[in-house]
Amino acid sequence: MRTPFAILTLALVITLVLGGLWIGQNVNLLPVDASANAPVYDELFRVLFSIGAILFLGIVGLVVFSLIKFRRRPGQLEDGLAIEGNLPLEIFWTAVPAVVVLFVGLYSFDIYDRMGGMVPLAHDAHDHQMMDMKEQIWGGIGSVADASSADTSLAPLAVEVTAMQYAFLFHYPQGDIISGELHVPLGQPVTLRMESKDVIHAFWVPEFRIKQDIIPGQPTLLNFTATKPGRYPIICAELCGPYHGNMHTKVIVEAPGNYDTWFSNNAKTTVSEA
Amino acid sequence: MTVAISPPSKKQSDGLQPTGWLRYFSFSLDHKVIGLQYLVCGFIFYLIGGVLGGAIRIELASPIADFMARDVYNQVLTLHGTVMIFLWIVPVVNGAFGNYLIPFYVGARDMAFPRLNAVAFWMIPPAGLLLISSYFITGAAQSGWTAYPPLSITTPAAGQILWILSVLLLGGSSIFGGINFIATILKLRQPGLKLMQLPMYCWAMLGTSILVVLSTPVLAGTLVLLSFDIVAHTGFFNPSLGGNAVVYQHLFWFYSHPAVYIMVLPAFGLVSEILPVHCRKPLFGYTSMVYSIMTIVLLGLVVWAHHMFTSGTPPWMRLFFTIATSFIAVPTGIKFFNWLATLWGGRISLNSAVLFSCGFIVNFVLGGITGVALAQVPFDIHVHDTYFVVAHFHYIVYGGSVFVIFASIYHWYPKFTGRMLNESLGRFHFLITFIGFNLCFAPQHWLGLNGMPRRVAEYDPQFTVINQISSVGALLMAISTLPFLWNVVQSALSGPIAGDNPWKALTPEWLTSSPPPVENWSGKAPLVTEPYGYGVPEEPLNLEKTSNIDSDLGSKSE
Repeated sequence: MRTPFAILTLALVITLVLGGLWIGQNVNLLPVDASANAPVYDELFRVLFSIGAILFLGIVGLVVFSLIKFRRRPGQLEDGLAIEGNLPLEIFWTAVPAVVVLFVGLYSFDIYDRMGGMVPLAHDAHDHQMMDMKEQIWGGIGSVADASSADTSLAPLAVEVTAMQYAFLFHYPQGDIISGELHVPLGQPVTLRMESKDVIHAFWVPEFRIKQDIIPGQPTLLNFTATKPGRYPIICAELCGPYHGNMHTKVIVEAPGNYDTWFSNNAKTTVSEA
Repeated sequence: MTVAISPPSKKQSDGLQPTGWLRYFSFSLDHKVIGLQYLVCGFIFYLIGGVLGGAIRIELASPIADFMARDVYNQVLTLHGTVMIFLWIVPVVNGAFGNYLIPFYVGARDMAFPRLNAVAFWMIPPAGLLLISSYFITGAAQSGWTAYPPLSITTPAAGQILWILSVLLLGGSSIFGGINFIATILKLRQPGLKLMQLPMYCWAMLGTSILVVLSTPVLAGTLVLLSFDIVAHTGFFNPSLGGNAVVYQHLFWFYSHPAVYIMVLPAFGLVSEILPVHCRKPLFGYTSMVYSIMTIVLLGLVVWAHHMFTSGTPPWMRLFFTIATSFIAVPTGIKFFNWLATLWGGRISLNSAVLFSCGFIVNFVLGGITGVALAQVPFDIHVHDTYFVVAHFHYIVYGGSVFVIFASIYHWYPKFTGRMLNESLGRFHFLITFIGFNLCFAPQHWLGLNGMPRRVAEYDPQFTVINQISSVGALLMAISTLPFLWNVVQSALSGPIAGDNPWKALTPEWLTSSPPPVENWSGKAPLVTEPYGYGVPEEPLNLEKTSNIDSDLGSKSE
C-alpha cells in the first residue's frame, strides 16, 4: 500500500511540474513583441505563468481529489481524523513559498533592471548646463536623453509628449515637429518626456509592454527601442473623463530611411510655415 | 449582581425595544438583530451594485458607446465600485457576521458598546441613499471609486461631494464597528477563555479591526482635503495651484490596500469556521493560522504603493513595494495549505456551504497567483489599469469574499431563522454562480494582456467576442441570485425546522436555541475551550497516509 501510493504521488508531482513548465512555454497570451524589452517581459511572463500553473493545478487537483475521496458516504456517521497540525509540514509549506517568492522577487528585479528600470531618473542632473532648466523627473523607466554626451548614431531620439483630454501630442524638439501620431525609427532608442495639461493620463503601448502615467505638474519619462516595424496602438490607461475610451493614437515604427523621409518632410513644412 | 443588571435589560426589551419583525426596522441594541440588519441591508445594496455591474457589461457587449452616455457610464462604474466595496462586502463580512458571531464566540451577551453598534449600522442606510440619490439629483461622481485628482476636482462638483460625504459616513460606521470588535474580543471574553482558544473568526476580526482603526482615518482625512480642493479651491492635490496629485494616491491607497484585507481577512475567518464543522475535523494548524493573520495585518500596512507602479514613483520605491507585496503570499499560502489539510482525511458533507467554501479556495488561489504576478513591477507595468487588473480583483473580492458570504449564509441560516435551506437549490445556486463568475472574469485576463484598458465605454473591435462571452457570464451571475432569493424567502416561511444544532457543531452559537434568545443563552454562557474538537483519534494505519501529504502538497508548491 505504502510504496505504490508514494510512487503515484511522485509521478503525479513530476507530471504536474513538467506540465506546468510546458504550459508556461507554449501558451501564448500576449500580443506581438515589438520593443527591445518586450522579449524580456515575455520571459518573466513565461516563468510566472509556469509557477502559477503548477500551483493552481496542484491546489485545484487537491481540492477536487479531497472532495471526492473524503466525501461523506451514506451510512458514515463517524468524524474525520483528529489531526490538529503537523509542525514539520507547516514549516515546509512556509519555507517553500518563501523561497519561491524570494526567487520571483529577485528574478523580476533582474528583469526590471534589464528593462532599464533601475537607472536613476535624474541621471543628467549632473549635467551642469542643463541643471537649472531641468525639473525633477518623478517616475518612469530609463533616464533622460543626454544627447550632449552621446556621439554614436544610436543617440536616443528625444520626444516631448503632452497629454490632454483626449489626445496625445508629440513634439520633436530637433525638427520642431508637432504630430498627433508618434513616428519612431526602427532600432533607435527613444526617450519620451511626458507631461499632462489637465488630468492624469497614461501612455501604454501593449506591443512594447510599457506604461507610464502622465501627470500634471510632475514630468515622467519612458525609454524604449522599437524592434519591429508596424503601427501599434498608444492607449490612455488612466481614467481621464467621459471620452477616456476614445483617447488613443498610433505609434508608427519605420525603417530609418522612411523615418528620415517623414522627418525631413515635416520638419521643412514646419520651418517654412514658421 | 444579577439582580442589579436584570431590571434595566428587562425594561429595555419591554418598553423601548419593539419585538417581532419590527425589531429589524428599529434602533435595536441586540447584536443579532444588528447583524441581520447589516446582512439584509448589504444584500439589497448587492442587488443594486449588481444591476450597475450588469449595465457595464451591457455597454461592453458592443465596442461602441451605444447603451448609455459616456459620462453616465463613468457614474455607473463609480457607483458600482463604491456600492460593492463600502455598502456590500465591508459591512457584510465585518458588520453582519461580526456582530452576529463575535459575542457568541467570546461568551458575551452582547457587544461591548451596543448603542455605538446600533449607531454604526444606522449610518449605512442614509449613506447608501445619499450615494444612490446623487445619481438622480445631481449626477453621481464620475472619477471612479479611487477619485483621483485632478479628475475628481474637474468633474461636476456636486456628485463628487455627495460621494465624499457618503464614503465619510461609511468610513465612520466602519471605525465605530472596528473599535467595538476590538473591545469585545479583548475585554468581554468570559473568564477562563484564553485568546488562543478563540474561534479563528475572532482572530480574523481582531486583525481586520486593527486595520480599520489604523487606516480608515487616513482615508477620511484625505477625502476631507479633497473636498476642500473641490469646494474651497484649496490646492492640496491640484497641480495648477501648486498641489501634488500623487500624494493623494499615496494617502488613498494607504487605506484602500488594507481595505482589501478588511474585505478578505473576515472571509478567511468565516471559512475557517465552516470547513471544520462540515469536514468533521479540527482546523489544521490553529497557531500558524493566527500568526499568518497577524502577519498579513502588518505587511498589509506597508504595501500600498504597488497600486502606483506606473505613477510618479522612483525606482527604489517600486522595488521595495514589490518585495513587501510578494511576501504577503507566504502567510496567505499558509492559510490555504491549512485549509487543504483540513479537507484531507475528513468526512466532508458536500453541501452548499462546503461547495461555496471550496469555490472560494479555487477562485482565490487564481486571484492570489495573478496578485503575486501583479506585485512584480515589470509585469505590472504592462497590465496596470487594464482588464487584467479588473479580472484579478474580482477574483479576490467576488470569487473570494462574496463566495464566502454565500457559504456563510448557507452555514448560519439555520441559526438565524431556525429553519433549513433547500440544499438542492443551494447546490444549483453554487453551480451557476461558479460557472457564471468564471465565464465573466477569466476571459478578462486575456483582454488586459492584449490591450484593453479598464474603465472604458468603448474599445477596439477585435475584443468584441471575448467581451460578449464575459457579458454572458455576467448574465448567468445575475440569474444565479434568483434561486438564492427564492430559497431564502421560501425557507424562512416553510423550510424544515432546523433544531438548535443541525450541523452538530461545537462553537458556542450552536449551543443555544435557533434563533437564539435575547442575551444569547437562557442560562449560563457555555465555556468552549476547544471550538474545533472534532474527529476520531488518529490510528497508526492512517498516519502513513497523512505523512504522504508532505510530498504531495509540498512539491506542488515548488
